[in-house]
Amino acid sequence: MKVLVPIKRVIDANIKVRVKADNSGVELNNVKMAMNPFCEIAVEEAIRMREAGTADEVIVVAVGPSQSQETLRTGLAMGADRAILIETDPIPEPLAIAKLLKAVAEKEDPGIIILGKQAIDGDNNQTGQMLAGLLNWSIGSFVSKLSVEGPTVKVTREVDGGLENIELVAPAVITVDLRLNEPRYASLPNIMKAKKKPLDTHTPEELGIDVSPRLEVLRVLEPPGRAAGIRVNSADELVEKLRNEAKVI
Amino acid sequence: MSILVIGEHDNAALRPSTLNVVTAAKALGSDIDVLIAGSDCRGAADEAATIAGITRVLKADDAALLDGLAENMAPLVKSLAGNYSHVLAPATTYGKNLLPRAAAILDVQQISDISGIESEDTFVRPIYAGNAMATVRSNDALKLITVRTTSFEASEFGGGAPVEDISGGINAQLSTFAGEELTRSERPELTTADIIVSGGRGMQSSENFSMLETLADKLGAAVGASRAAVDAGYVPNDYQVGQTGKVVAPNVYIAVGISGAIQHLAGMKDSKIIVAINKDEEAPIFQVADYGWVADLFEAIPQLEATLGSNAS
Repeated sequence: MKVLVPIKRVIDANIKVRVKADNSGVELNNVKMAMNPFCEIAVEEAIRMREAGTADEVIVVAVGPSQSQETLRTGLAMGADRAILIETDPIPEPLAIAKLLKAVAEKEDPGIIILGKQAIDGDNNQTGQMLAGLLNWSIGSFVSKLSVEGPTVKVTREVDGGLENIELVAPAVITVDLRLNEPRYASLPNIMKAKKKPLDTHTPEELGIDVSPRLEVLRVLEPPGRAAGIRVNSADELVEKLRNEAKVI
Repeated sequence: MSILVIGEHDNAALRPSTLNVVTAAKALGSDIDVLIAGSDCRGAADEAATIAGITRVLKADDAALLDGLAENMAPLVKSLAGNYSHVLAPATTYGKNLLPRAAAILDVQQISDISGIESEDTFVRPIYAGNAMATVRSNDALKLITVRTTSFEASEFGGGAPVEDISGGINAQLSTFAGEELTRSERPELTTADIIVSGGRGMQSSENFSMLETLADKLGAAVGASRAAVDAGYVPNDYQVGQTGKVVAPNVYIAVGISGAIQHLAGMKDSKIIVAINKDEEAPIFQVADYGWVADLFEAIPQLEATLGSNAS
């Protein structure tokens, strides 16, 4: 079985983002970029499936500018077998990404598609669910446990009330949550090896997909600030402030 | 404008998230239908009918809709969407799971997690863990939107809208519900609590978390946690507050042993009053706290409990 893992290049999770002075977006120039943390968990899970013998090939796919090749190479260094880049700049909206991924899925015929539940740039939390809808496949979203048992994919989902178990008919789309696994670091020899692994590039035009945006970003602003308040030095003082100053308890 | 609100419920009763979404719908127009899709869901439908200011409740009652599986729900949403200008759902795990699937099959680019409404086509939403606020205009004729519940007040009850039965249960035969492990608690729900006591890595163990529970019970508070505390296994996943967990905005958020990573702040910085208790005076949580107490939590929490106990109001 093939596993398809769509991944995204985003601002490194440890970088504090800055809004551009002209309010057109956030500053991406000279900012450290990395693989979206949820995508790392998806890649890790796919590699573990291959190591366990459930999968025989792991393909990482990115939609984005040519620099997304670095992100794909990271996925290859972690252990993916080959990579596909759909080159497009800027990165399209989730619906267009889902359409591009559907085209790739129809060509590659994977048994399962595993992706991060959300990217930490747009925080949309849409692509996996949309892809499943377009393919008319089953969806396991926010997954913290995953096992493939013949034609059935068993998942545990992290939901607002706790955990939920769902059985999916394969092929399935899975979006992963934080606690599914802990992604490995790529070793230096594997980083070197990854440079020789195949990476194919396509364009939305080749796939016949219109990626024009439906949403217009009118402006991007800093959130309203929150100033630090005062320090207290005892329980008595804290309770007094909460009761009589803030009047909240 | 006519708006469809996808109600969240457990068949017997409505979940409070629906009330916040109805308020968002009222900012868009006055013709508001609430969909209650489930199985034996009369209880939830009757409750929804009493939300003030709605036009009708549409009740789709079918075994295939029992567990709210997206594969079975999305075709129903699609079949109804033609009658509306907007379809709204809460940005809870339920809404986030369902609405993008419906949007995809309707060929609509969904707008996620809105925190503000500027006009019928223009919305404000947080991006980058709330470190930036984007104002976006949709050029789709139909708008599908998930609503950040903490950004909109809960609508009141007191209405009496009619409940209309509709058909539309489809079993896509793609997935089956196989049980759940829900966290049972007598405490208030995190997303609607007035007071939250939340613990981080500093709690050091799940046993120590019971200290926070005692404190929470003195205050009538809910208990939350940072990602670090959940990853370490101190508490279940549904306690997590943050960018990828729950977003909360209580009157008071008491952060205990939480350093204040941006991903955590994203989930709680709209709280009215933030209290931080941490022994590291450089912890970033103090930069957003109204009241900061630099102290060892293992000394501070018992003192706080004693103070609250001795002069309880």
